[in-house]
Amino acid sequence: MYRYTDFDAAFVAERNAQFRAQVERRIDGSLTEDEFKPLRLMNGLYLQLHAYMLRVAVPYGTLSSAQMRQLAYIAERWDKGYGHFTTRQNIQFNWPTLRDVPDMLDALAEVQMHAIQTSGNTIRNVTADHFAGAAADEIADPRPVAELIRQWSTDHPEFQFLPRKFKIAVTGSPNDRAVTKAHDIGLRMVRNEVGEPGFEVIVGGGLGRTPMIGKVVRDFLPEADLLPYLEAVVSVWNLLGRRDNKYKSRIKITVHEHGIDDIRARVEERFALLRPAFTGVDQQLYAQIKSDFEAPAFADRDTAPFDQAYANDPVFRSWADTNLSAHRAPGHAIAQISLKAHGATPGDATADQMRVMADLAEWFGHDELRVSHEQNIVLPHVHKADLPAVHAALKDAGLATANIGRISDIIACPGMDYCALATARSIPIAQEIATRFDQLKLENEVGDLKIKISGCINACGHHHVGHIGILGLDRAGVENYQITLGGDHTETAAIGQRTGPGFSADEIVPAIERIVDTYLSERDSADEAFIDTFARVGMTPFKTALYGESERKQKAA
Amino acid sequence: MPAIFTPKVVTANALLEGDVVYLTEADTWSRTLQEAEVLTDEADAQIRLIDASSRTGEVVGVYLADVTPDQNGPKPAHFREAFRMSGPSNYPHGKQSEAL
Ligand code: HEM
Ligand code: SF4
Repeated sequence: MYRYTDFDAAFVAERNAQFRAQVERRIDGSLTEDEFKPLRLMNGLYLQLHAYMLRVAVPYGTLSSAQMRQLAYIAERWDKGYGHFTTRQNIQFNWPTLRDVPDMLDALAEVQMHAIQTSGNTIRNVTADHFAGAAADEIADPRPVAELIRQWSTDHPEFQFLPRKFKIAVTGSPNDRAVTKAHDIGLRMVRNEVGEPGFEVIVGGGLGRTPMIGKVVRDFLPEADLLPYLEAVVSVWNLLGRRDNKYKSRIKITVHEHGIDDIRARVEERFALLRPAFTGVDQQLYAQIKSDFEAPAFADRDTAPFDQAYANDPVFRSWADTNLSAHRAPGHAIAQISLKAHGATPGDATADQMRVMADLAEWFGHDELRVSHEQNIVLPHVHKADLPAVHAALKDAGLATANIGRISDIIACPGMDYCALATARSIPIAQEIATRFDQLKLENEVGDLKIKISGCINACGHHHVGHIGILGLDRAGVENYQITLGGDHTETAAIGQRTGPGFSADEIVPAIERIVDTYLSERDSADEAFIDTFARVGMTPFKTALYGESERKQKAA
Repeated sequence: MPAIFTPKVVTANALLEGDVVYLTEADTWSRTLQEAEVLTDEADAQIRLIDASSRTGEVVGVYLADVTPDQNGPKPAHFREAFRMSGPSNYPHGKQSEAL
């Protein structure tokens, strides 16, 4: 695992000391809020509706057991005994007071963590697949690539004043779990016909106000060309990107306005100029970073305990069927811990639950945990023989919900229960949908279905790429929920289509039920997933199910 | 005919605790909306807002929020203010728990 260098540790310590002094100066009146606000945001401290919120970075979503235990300690000592894991693969504490924050930051630094946010119009933290280094379908671990880009772009003189922020995601697997097509640049690690490693480069994706699916700008980029090519993309956008209008400044708009072919031609021209300057130092650095991410030593053991539990324990079997994914090492599995117990707040874990997860990682999981962008926790490397014990411990801690990828495994942003920008709530809608489908005992029958909910147009809950997306709006002082169908967050990414007028908070759960009923009656077999049925039959039957009745009623009236 | 002025209160978040506060007639900050001063005149409301905004050592993010006057004091006119008054709906945290 990547460890802080002395430089990193000294940098964080200095930043914490500075921030402690800044908080003091804010409290004694020598700093105004206008002066203090950018400083606190840089240190991950936001002001929400009811309190301050501290957003802690989890690079590549990777945590050790000691780090998870420290998060539990912080939750108990300075918050209300829980933390909220988010789609940005980080954790938020919702109730700190201003005076406590410097101590919280010092507690984080003890385990090499921080809340420093890359803010401003720069290249932001590079994100990677949460199954990195573990997935059976992986060609190569994407994290060294992400770290290489991070080190190269940090303090790069040309990239300090970009038109807007810039986000990059990397996946090393053909099955895209990093939503690469919804980033400014998405990188997919691939091999060419002769087996050489390289990247498919996707550009111009993004969600928010103007959602766009990224387009392929280069279908095969040799590994050694990565940094000059990225630099070419960023500098073409740096020149063309609109600085006059915040809503038109992201590269997705530049690509949309100029067309992908024009962008490609400009990038290639620029790339030809830049390439000679890269003489291989970057590749040496890459090799060095790779050694920091070396895989643990996987044991070769008998899987009999797993096979027995699977055959005899139906509760274990159903958990194994939904929450395990294929690992690249024989006898191993990737185990997901659902933070979506029916009726609970998506992404929340109590301090006790964090400690249980930390213990399991230490005892059975090579001391590693991941935070997924779907707001669950991952034990990336567990031997199958240990899974019955892992499951039993999770069950005792209320963490054994068997629903990964199911209708109750909902992504929901904090919405108006916490967020100052929200136009409606999202958490209670997620809670009600999960509770309802649990009552109906329909989850396994429905199968793979992703619901994603945002409490405003910023789309932090990724609603555009949910199979069913829900967007909470304020319509004349009342919460109103717009539905989109057919969104897709994977390698076949798509933006969902609006069904029509939105629904009130009371009507939204019945509306989702009607959509699911329609899917169940339209699908050609139990093997056809919701997203495939939608692709085949289109919007019409769903629209009729949602609006047919009321339209007829209106005509009759 | 001039538009009817919707009654308002001055509200903000406390600097140290971060929680929601309301300006009272006595120029103090209260944790309860019922104790807030209801402003029914636009010019008056603007002056109260400007004065309150200068108290940067006490509060952050001062603004005027619409309310509906009632015998028991002002009530929030919009659901956002209703949440700010009571707390999140997924846990009994925030003001709703402190009021007990
Ligand atoms: C106080 C809380 C939050 C605030 C004020 C906030 C604000 C914003 C804003 C303003 C944007 C749009 C940026 C732009 O398009 O330029 C944004 C985007 C985003 N937020 Fe949040 N957010 C908050 C919490 C969260 C949480 C909890 C998550 C994760 C669950 C999250 C995930 C995201 C993501 C993934 C995007 C990118 C969407 C895109 O591709 O454009 N945010 N946020
Ligand atoms: S989508 Fe809107 S409501 Fe939800 S967290 Fe983002 S900014 Fe807040």
